[in-house]
Order: sequence, then C-alpha cells, then structure tokens
Amino acid sequence: MIHFVILISRQGKVRLTKWYSPYSQKERTKVIRELSGLILTRAPKLCNFVEWKGYKVVYRRYASLYFCMGIDADDNELEILEIIHHFVEILDRYFGSVCELDLIFNFHKAYYILDEILIAGELQESSKKTVARLIAAQDSLVETAQEQANSISNMIAQATK
Amino acid sequence: MNPFSSGTRLRDMIRAIRACKTAAEERAVVRKECAAIRAAISENDQDYRHRNLAKLMFIHMLGYPTHFGQMECLKLIASAGFPEKRIGYLGLMLLLDERQEVLMLVTNSLKQDLNHSNQYIVGLALCALGNICSAEMARDLAPEVERLLQTRDPNIRKKAALCSIRIIRKVPDLAENFMGPAASLLKEKHHGVLIAGVQLCTDLCKASTDALEYLRKNCTEGLVRILRDVSNSPYAPEYDIAGITDPFLHIRALRLMRMLGQGDADSSEYMNDILAQVATKTESNKNAGNAILYECVETIMGIEATSGLRVLAINILGRFLSNRDNNIRYVALNMLMKAVTVDFQAVQRHRTTILECVKDSDASIRKRALELVFLLVNDNNVKSLTKELIDYLEVSDQDFKGDLTAKICSIVEKFSQEKLWYIDQMFKVLSLAGNYVKDDVWHALIVMISNAPDLQGYSVRSLYKAFQTSNEQESLVRVTVWCIGEYGEMLVNNVGVLEMEEPMTVTESDAVDVVEVALKRHSSDIKTRAMSLVALLKISSRFPPTSERIREIVMQHKENVELELQQRSIEFNSIIQRHQNIKSSLVERMPVLDESTYIGKRVGSSQATLPADKSSRPTSGSPGASLKLPNGVAKPPPAPLVDLLDLSSDDVPAPTSSATDFLHDLLGGDLMSPSSSGGAGTDILMDLLSIGSPSAPTDVSIRNTISSNQGNAGEPKTAPASVMDLLDGLPSNSSLPGDKNPIYPSITAFESSTLKVTFSFTKQPGKPQNTMIQATFTNLSSNTYTDFIFQAAVPKFIQLRLDPASSSTLPASGNGTITQMLSVTNSQHGQKALAMRLRIVYKVNDQDKMEQGQINNFPPGL
Repeated sequence: MIHFVILISRQGKVRLTKWYSPYSQKERTKVIRELSGLILTRAPKLCNFVEWKGYKVVYRRYASLYFCMGIDADDNELEILEIIHHFVEILDRYFGSVCELDLIFNFHKAYYILDEILIAGELQESSKKTVARLIAAQDSLVETAQEQANSISNMIAQATK
Repeated sequence: MNPFSSGTRLRDMIRAIRACKTAAEERAVVRKECAAIRAAISENDQDYRHRNLAKLMFIHMLGYPTHFGQMECLKLIASAGFPEKRIGYLGLMLLLDERQEVLMLVTNSLKQDLNHSNQYIVGLALCALGNICSAEMARDLAPEVERLLQTRDPNIRKKAALCSIRIIRKVPDLAENFMGPAASLLKEKHHGVLIAGVQLCTDLCKASTDALEYLRKNCTEGLVRILRDVSNSPYAPEYDIAGITDPFLHIRALRLMRMLGQGDADSSEYMNDILAQVATKTESNKNAGNAILYECVETIMGIEATSGLRVLAINILGRFLSNRDNNIRYVALNMLMKAVTVDFQAVQRHRTTILECVKDSDASIRKRALELVFLLVNDNNVKSLTKELIDYLEVSDQDFKGDLTAKICSIVEKFSQEKLWYIDQMFKVLSLAGNYVKDDVWHALIVMISNAPDLQGYSVRSLYKAFQTSNEQESLVRVTVWCIGEYGEMLVNNVGVLEMEEPMTVTESDAVDVVEVALKRHSSDIKTRAMSLVALLKISSRFPPTSERIREIVMQHKENVELELQQRSIEFNSIIQRHQNIKSSLVERMPVLDESTYIGKRVGSSQATLPADKSSRPTSGSPGASLKLPNGVAKPPPAPLVDLLDLSSDDVPAPTSSATDFLHDLLGGDLMSPSSSGGAGTDILMDLLSIGSPSAPTDVSIRNTISSNQGNAGEPKTAPASVMDLLDGLPSNSSLPGDKNPIYPSITAFESSTLKVTFSFTKQPGKPQNTMIQATFTNLSSNTYTDFIFQAAVPKFIQLRLDPASSSTLPASGNGTITQMLSVTNSQHGQKALAMRLRIVYKVNDQDKMEQGQINNFPPGL
C-alpha cells in the first residue's frame, strides 16, 4: 500500500501531504524533513526510487514540484510511477495546464482530486474521465449550495434592512 | 458585519503569507490569523466556518499547531450542507489521525452520512472512513460498509470496497464477512469497481487463510477471465495509457493471481496460458508496459509455473538488466534477487552485468547489485568476484565503502578454501579500507593467522610491507602491531619464506620502528596504543638487544592521561627492568586460538542466506583474541581463559542454568561430591547441567572462579591442565580419607513434616567410583500420596542412574514405603564428595505438591 503522498517544491516547501498510515505530528515533520534532504539532493539522471527506513519512496519531478509516494518494499515501483503520472494528468486536466501556484491557492481542490484517486493507500479509479466527472459533479453541488445561501442571505438582508 | 470575524478570504491570506520575506514575518501573519480564527470559533461563527477551516488547513500545512480547530471539523461534518461536509471531512483527514480520541466523536456523524440519500455525501463518508478510521470505528461501522458494497452506484461500490480494505487491515477478524461480497465484485464490468474489488480480494488473502482458500476455489477462473478480457480488449480511450488498456487493472489482477497461485499447482496451471500471453504480448517501450511485465515476472516467480514460463521470465529480466533506463535496471536487480532461489544458473549468466551495476553511479542500483552479487557467490567464482570487488573498493565512494567492505569480508570468510588466499584478501581489504572493517573481522583474521603456523612468517612480512604504505588504516595498524609482537623473530630472520615472496631484510630496530610509529601517531586511538605497548613488551623479550630502547619508549607513557596506557607503561617498565627472569615466560608465543570455539561463539550473521551449501560460519560477536583485556598486565595467555568460559557454558541447550532451572535438567544427571568447604558447594550445585559429558576436571574450578555461566552451545574443550593450576585458586578440596572402607552409614537425606527420605549405600569392591544407593521414602502425613515421583540432580562430574521405583503410591503415616535404587559414578572420586539435590512431586487429595531439598550430609569417601 501507499503509506504517504508528499508534494514538495524545489526549495523544500510542502505543498500537499496525505498520510494513509498512522503518523503523529512529530513523526510527520520528521519524515518530511528527512525525505526532503534525501530526494532534493539527488542528481537528475538517477533512478526514481530511494530506499528509506524499510520503505521505498518513489518520486518524480514535474517542473518545480517533487511528487513522492512511500510504499512497501514489495510493491511494484513502476506502477506507482504510473499512479503519480495519472494524478498529475488529472490535475492538469482539471486546472488546465496546472502549475505550482494553482496547487498553492487551490490546495483543497487538489486534495479533493487526490481523494478520488486514492483511498486507504490503494488506487480507486483508473479512468481520468470518471474522476473528472465526479469532481465536476461535486463542484456543481457546492456552487448551487452557495448560490442558494447567497440568495437566502440576500433575502434576509433585504428583509431586515 | 461582525467586527470579529476574520474578514480575509483564503486567497488573501495565502497571498499575505507568501509575501512574507522572513520567517518572523510569516509567524506574525499566521499568529494574527490564528487569533482571528480562535475568536470566531469561540463565538460559534456559522458563516465563515468553512473558510476558517480552509485557512486552518493551510496553516497546518506550513507546520504550525492547529489542534484548536479539531472541533470545528466535527461541527462542519455535522452540518447539513454538502459544501460544509466536504470541507469538514477534508479537515478531519488532514488535522486528525487515527490515534486521537476526538476521532471517536465522528462515528455517529459518519453513520448518519453513510445512510444519506445524497450519494456524494455517502462517498465523502466512505472516503474519510477509509483513510483514517481506527479499529473501534471500523468495528462499529463495518456492517454499514458491507451493505454499501451492494448499492447500485458504482462510485459508492468502489469506495466501499476500498474502505473495506482498511477495515480488514484494522480488524482482521472481520475478514470472513467480506469474503462473499468481494468474490461477487469480481464479476463487475466497471473498471473502477473491478480494480477495487481485486484489491479487496488481495487484502483478504493476506488477512485470512480461510478467505484465501475460498477465493482460490471460487475466483481463479473469474480472475483469469478478467485478465484475458482486458488484455485482449480493443482500444478504449477512457482507460488507455501508452497504448495499453488499463495497465492498473492488469497489474492488480496479476498480483491477485500470484496470491492465489502460490503453493497451489492446480491454480497455477490454470494461469499458465494467460501469463504466457501477457508476458509475450506486452510491449516494453513505455513505463506502463514495463510495469505490467515486472508484475508478470513476479507472479511467474511466485507461483508453481512451468519451466518454459520460468525461462520466459528470466529472459525478460535479462532484457531489463541491459536496458539503459535506470528504473528498469533497478527493478530487474530487485527481481533477480528473488529469481536466484528459483533458477540459480540462469542468474549466474548475468553475473558480469550485475558486477557492472555494482560500479554504477546511482546509489540505489549499487546497493541492490551488491546484495545480488553476494547471493551469487559460490566456490567457482569467488576468487574472480572478490578481485573485482576489491578493485572497486579502491575507487568507491566513502558512504558505499562501509557496505562494500562488510560484504567483501563476509564473502572472503565464508568461501575461503585456502588460508593463504584468505589472508591475502584480508590484507588487501585492510590496506584499502581498514577504517571500515569491523572489529570482529580482524579478530577472526588473527585467529586464522594463529592457526596457520606456516603462513605466519609470510603474514608478518606482508603486513610490514603494507604498513609502510597504508598506515592510516587503523585496523591494519592493529593487526600489524599484534603480528610483529607475536612473530617478530620470523620477520627479522626471514622464517618460512614462501616462493613468491621477494627477499626483504628487516632488522630488529626496523620492527621496533614500526611499533613505535604506531604508538606515537596522533591518529592512533587508545586500543591501538595499548596493543602497541603489549607488542613492545613481547619484542623486548624476543630481541633482547632492543630492550633498553623499548624501555625508553614505554616510559614515555608513564604519565599519560589515559589510565590504561599509564598502567601498562609502568608495569611493563618494571617487568623489563626488574623481572628479566620471568619476562620470557610471560610473553611466550600464544597458544593457538581455537577456531571452532571462537566461531561457535559468534552470533549469527546478518547477511542474506547463501544458496551454496556452505556450513555457515556465523559472524560477529565477542572476540576470541586476548588483546582486549582491560587489565593492562601482560598475564600469561588469557586465551585459554576464553576457552574455559566456553567450558563452563556447556553444549547443553539448556537455558542459563541458574539455580532455579537446574531442576528441569534432571534424569541422567551427574552426581557430584561437593568440595566439602561450604562456599563452593552451592555454586557447584547451582550450575548443574545434566547431559554434559563430564569434561576435564577444570570444570568445577572454573565454575567457582567464573560465576558467569552462559549456557550457549560452545564445544567442550579439554583445557590444558597447566592453566588449571594457574587459576586454581579454589578452596582446596578436602582430601578424602581412604576409600576402601566399604561401610557407609545410612543417612537421612531429606526430612520435612510430611516426608522422609533415607539413603543407604553399598559399594562394589574394586569399583570405588560407583555407589549404589537405596532410597527409601516414608510418608509422615496422614494422607496417601499418589503419583509419587522422585527426581535428583547432580553436578557434572557425576553420573546418576535412577532405577524405577517400587511403586508410585505412598501410603499414609508410614504404613508402607517406596524404595528406589540409584547408582552414581563419581569421576572425581577421591577429590570431590557427592552432592545431590532432590525434588519430589506427588498428589495428595488431588492437589499437586512438590518438595525439594539438598543433601549435604553424604558420608565422605563416596
């Protein structure tokens, strides 16, 4: 299973973390710090797998972001690379040519998308279209709810003026 | 507007934080925002709750503490609207983890949401549950999730399946409930549900063997069909990745196949065809194809595949190995490690490529390759492999040197057939990477040298030469110094020159120079210096002309800050000056350190198991060499002390036989006569090990002086008798009176309020060591004893035989007795008297009772 997903920038800033195994706050910061040191210093041509504390960490760099996933020692690393790419492509489709800024200002949406792709550290959906459809449906639910709230509060505001 | 609400929007806050130039600024902004949020929380602000939570999540990601927001998550989850629930669940998953108790409060909300009419809300709840539920929550909500496995909506079904995985991981007992639904999930058409279903089945197999059996029986066909369909399916744009339809499904199905086919020939046979098809048909120019091939090869290796299929798999691996992509090579090396157990020869063919990988620039690949090389070593290729590895050792990176050195050393130790080769390789390694060599490795080397008298001259000369060039390697220095100390005269007199050696003349003072350098270097640590001092003492005895110079050198450390060195220096000085007569005997050549004993004491190694049938010599552990004795005085070779420690720990697999345990080691134990001086008696009896072959008499003396008794499986050794004399600080055993006296009085061996045991003795004439004892048991209580069993324990140098008792029921109040014959043989008859401990168990009124005691009043002369 995937134990954690971490997105770090080239400077070591954390953009997204998701933990599928129990890690306390302290442990999380420790993991992030160690992995940053390990991965950010690797030369570009090297292979995308590092062994760390009994786990394997698969990472790939997209522009200025490193996408890292920590897996068990007996998992298929090449498949995880594919999952990372799957995630990135869906993000790309959703945000339209996604860049790091998108993920900073819309981090909650990135999380929603991740939750449609992975649950319990396992892959949930292999079709990008389906994921996009589900996210769109939920977004529209949110929008309608907001519109309703706005219209009601408008009514109340006007009523109590 | 409420003046206390946090007016900034999420976007603005993020912008503000990003605009901060220093950490202090950022902290200030964050503090302000947190204060506003806290105020809003305490006011129970409804309107901006979800914006506040979003802000809180961002702040959390930056690393600041945010536990005051946890209850906000709960309140949001409890709200009715979808947007609130969405952000509430997200906050829950981010800010909490399963170990917090607050999580329990969500259980009720989750339950309601799992039954909600809005499918997306059900999805949210399943997602949250699947990511962070604890074991209790899993147990509570498992029935809901089971029900949801059968809803109409495929989105919910797939989420429920993955959620079940988590439930099973947390509570494996529930696995049985999910078996049926999981099997039916495999009949789905929707890929998402199918993937989740296959994954659920995989986890079920891991969690419970019943599930594994069930799935194996019912689902193998379906699984093969799934794989066949997806492999043969035409182009489907929705699932296509790099020309392959849904590689994820391929991979998951292959993994489940591996679980089902493992160890089961029938299912494996069923899978053969589809595996062959996937292995040959899949294109391997893109990562997706390679991922599938990788999984396929793993599966073939894991199940009971035909040999044709295995050959196919190894070929694929060979192709991977020569791929230029680092990832593929890494993966291939990984797989080859598993393939080694399956088909050793095929992997051997790739040995050269693997050796190349050891020298790769990528650290991960190097590590894998080195482990693989280690698995491939056998008698044929060990010499060439070692040569290659040592050549590489010279140029490798610092951080890799440690691993490499350790591996080379273990290869050399395990596979050395000739001592000369072993010594040569070890010298090379010491010269190149002595600082990385672990202590037990060079200890083993010294043991080996001391066991090879014909190679000692060669060793000391090679070390001398090596020292001239690489004297910054600490271990090399230590070994050199020790060897020069021991075999200095071989160095100077060119003793035992082997053919390939170049002639070399070394004078006595050269030898002393070497040790002096070792002593005075700044980088030498205490151990090296201590060893050097000892070596100097030895040399001063072997080369008398150098004594004076050596004495001066030694005296320089008279005021050394280190206590160890100071002590040694003063003592050695005094030996050299005043005790010429005993000096030579003090520093005599060491007796050969027994290899088997030494090796027997080393704990098991940490290396991977070797396929070759080498009697594995365990590595690491305590040293056999005498060098590490903290007491500075050069006592006579302490090595036998080590051996004697072995003696006291005998070859019985009994636990450390302290007093409490010895009673378990009864039957056939040895009777022993304690040295009648009391103190020794209890110690001896404490250390009874029944089955030990009576070793040399040194046992007892050692046991008295060394009370630590390890009980590990060393081999008994007949220690030289002279050493016993040295260490025999025993209270002298009472010399026993003439032993021809055939009349021995009966004794009351044991008496308590409920039981009395008497012994009467007879000896056979001409066999003074044997004694026949008749034990009589009398019941002093008013209850009858049943299941009466008598057991006795004796020290090592006595043998005991118990004959069957006359009966196992002892009538009450002395109305009858049980008799039992014992025969004892005292191998130390005349030196030590008998001693025995007894234990009696019996049943009275259906209760078990036990009595035990020690017999100290044996008549002398037994």
